[in-house]
Amino acid sequence: MAEAFEVLTLQGGYNTTVVVLGTAMLGLAAGVVGVFALLRKRSLMADALSHAALPGVAGAFLAASALDMTGRTLPVLLIGATVTGVLGVLSIQWLVRATRLREDAAIGIVLSVFFGAGIVLLSYIQKNAPEGAAGLSHFIYGQTAAMSAADAKLMAVLATLSVVAAGLLLKEFTLVCFNDTFAAVDGWPVSLIDLLMMALVVVVTVAGLQAVGLIMVVAMLIIPPVAARFWTDRAAVLIALSGAIGALSGYLGASASAVLPDAPAGSVIVLTAGTIFAISSLAAPKRGVIASTYRHLNLRLRIAGDHVLEKAFAHKAQDGGQLGAPELAAVARHQGWPAWFAVVIRWSLRGRGLARANKGGGVEVLASGLARGATVRRNHRLWEQYLVSYADIAPSHVDWSVDQVEHVLSEPLITELESLLRARGIAVPGAAVDGASA
Amino acid sequence: MTPPSTHLPRAQPLSVRPEHSDTSPLSIHAMTVAYHRKPVLWDVDYDAPPNRLIAIVGPNGAGKSTLIKACLGLIPPASGQVEFWGHSYKKARSRIGYVPQRESVDWDFPVSALDVVCMGRYRMLGWCRPVTRAHKAAAMECLDRVGMAPLAKRQISQLSGGQQQRVFLARALAQEADLYFMDEPFAGVDAATERAIVEVLRELRSSGKTVLTVHHDLQTVEQYFDDVILLNMRVVASGPVAEVFTQENLQRTYGGRLTLLAAASEAIARAESGEGLGK
Repeated sequence: MAEAFEVLTLQGGYNTTVVVLGTAMLGLAAGVVGVFALLRKRSLMADALSHAALPGVAGAFLAASALDMTGRTLPVLLIGATVTGVLGVLSIQWLVRATRLREDAAIGIVLSVFFGAGIVLLSYIQKNAPEGAAGLSHFIYGQTAAMSAADAKLMAVLATLSVVAAGLLLKEFTLVCFNDTFAAVDGWPVSLIDLLMMALVVVVTVAGLQAVGLIMVVAMLIIPPVAARFWTDRAAVLIALSGAIGALSGYLGASASAVLPDAPAGSVIVLTAGTIFAISSLAAPKRGVIASTYRHLNLRLRIAGDHVLEKAFAHKAQDGGQLGAPELAAVARHQGWPAWFAVVIRWSLRGRGLARANKGGGVEVLASGLARGATVRRNHRLWEQYLVSYADIAPSHVDWSVDQVEHVLSEPLITELESLLRARGIAVPGAAVDGASA
Repeated sequence: MTPPSTHLPRAQPLSVRPEHSDTSPLSIHAMTVAYHRKPVLWDVDYDAPPNRLIAIVGPNGAGKSTLIKACLGLIPPASGQVEFWGHSYKKARSRIGYVPQRESVDWDFPVSALDVVCMGRYRMLGWCRPVTRAHKAAAMECLDRVGMAPLAKRQISQLSGGQQQRVFLARALAQEADLYFMDEPFAGVDAATERAIVEVLRELRSSGKTVLTVHHDLQTVEQYFDDVILLNMRVVASGPVAEVFTQENLQRTYGGRLTLLAAASEAIARAESGEGLGK
């Protein structure tokens, strides 16, 4: 516990601090840049890019050894990674343009072929120069713990670059991501703007290769933006949030792997990001699964309640708004719910102040509930009239749609319905329909 | 983006040719457009009269959207020349506004209605400059003209189809152009939106603008538009609605299959794919 606190407050020793800060910076850069890949629907392109970097790394190593340079010099390897990474992206674009291949297929092909080539080169190196191969395989899985202060500084520069670029070019980037043809017609150089966005992805990917590895760096580009998307509907906020989630994942993940023995940092970082994503997808207020399930359930409960109120209104003359347990159960079954759900319907009606419980396990609908029942009944008839007389649908076929629509008609829609029906000379049911006549 | 490439020599502007006039906001000369080498529009010659509402009408696959996109340089024409007030597209661009098809974008995008309309002002801002308060106010005014001001802050996926279409129209208004291209603005919209669009079109006409609109509803052509282009892989007829929008011309556009043009396009496509050369 104490150790975890030390690491999190950056007091866990020089090396650990460097790693934690460096990965946080990488996470920030990837989170910001990844937003544009997501919005341009190019997240998978980043995947292809990182895999395509592997043959470049291996090839650069071989070339450097052949030229008798010291094998594993980082800049050389990263240049190699950039070259084949970009080559991979260009191949995808060429395949899509020149053949009738769809982009997903083209990405799949390029990704696997380039990665395969990289593995072949790696195993060749393993055979002929095993001392270099050990270092190179880090590009696949990453070697976060070995991050140097210079690497961390590079990450910081990268993060600054991403934030500045996103800030300055927010307008251009969102325009092209949202509507590239409009941008082109308007005179914006769409290819150049695309190139800038792609260049940012390339730089972050290549820089992240040796830190978290080529498989994990993609996750850093993809997961933070989609997690952030759950929380906001504004592009600028999305970028800030995504950067924050990326940075947080790097910070927490690297700290956790420093404390836990045998937990490779790259994987822990991605798992952290994945956890944030899972929480976001469940708990986000508007787009989250819990919120949308709740809304859906609430609507169905309202519809069920409406049925009860409508029934009570229709039989008002006989039993003065009293409904028994069997009738509630019937409404529940009508909604496709088990009969015991009647209890929930009753509870919701009581909660909304539309009814109170009666002795028979049913409800006694109050005046406010009966009024709502009258409205529902009238909406039902309006819509039925409209469908039969205006939309030319057979009366026997309207039930399902009526059942859905009557509960969601808004004031303006009702007014429009009424005027449409009047224009056709069709009797509009009066506001106070007599329940007993039905 | 690629500028409209033309294989004709540019030495002569179209306006000096006797058949084209230099007051015309849009002159198309001998334009043929092909997708994947398969021609979809043949040999279009057209001069848009200024200050008119012009409908582009024709059956599915007639090349209506293609005509607009080729004029705007989104698809390079295989041959031919397009000029705006006697200038190239590049020079005239700041006077041209565009409403793309609504389905051409992903509406689950993290921007508000106002943000989208502000995009119409971007070209007045230049690189790296954020939208100023004045431009935001102008965009707001455009939203108001299509009756969408109360929904300005709403995220665009929360709007109905008709409301989304009005946002696109407001964005084009924000471009403050003299010539507008609109791709099916009436497609799948509610009655309120249709009224709003028609009103805006009339406002544009009374302030001297020209509008070319791809239109699919034959019943409203006479009511909404001054001029019409009847299109089916070529211009079947064009001119004032009263003269051109006749039963006979419609028959020629929709009824008679253009067997020869369609067959020729097919033949070219087949030849490109290496089958049935010159049967």
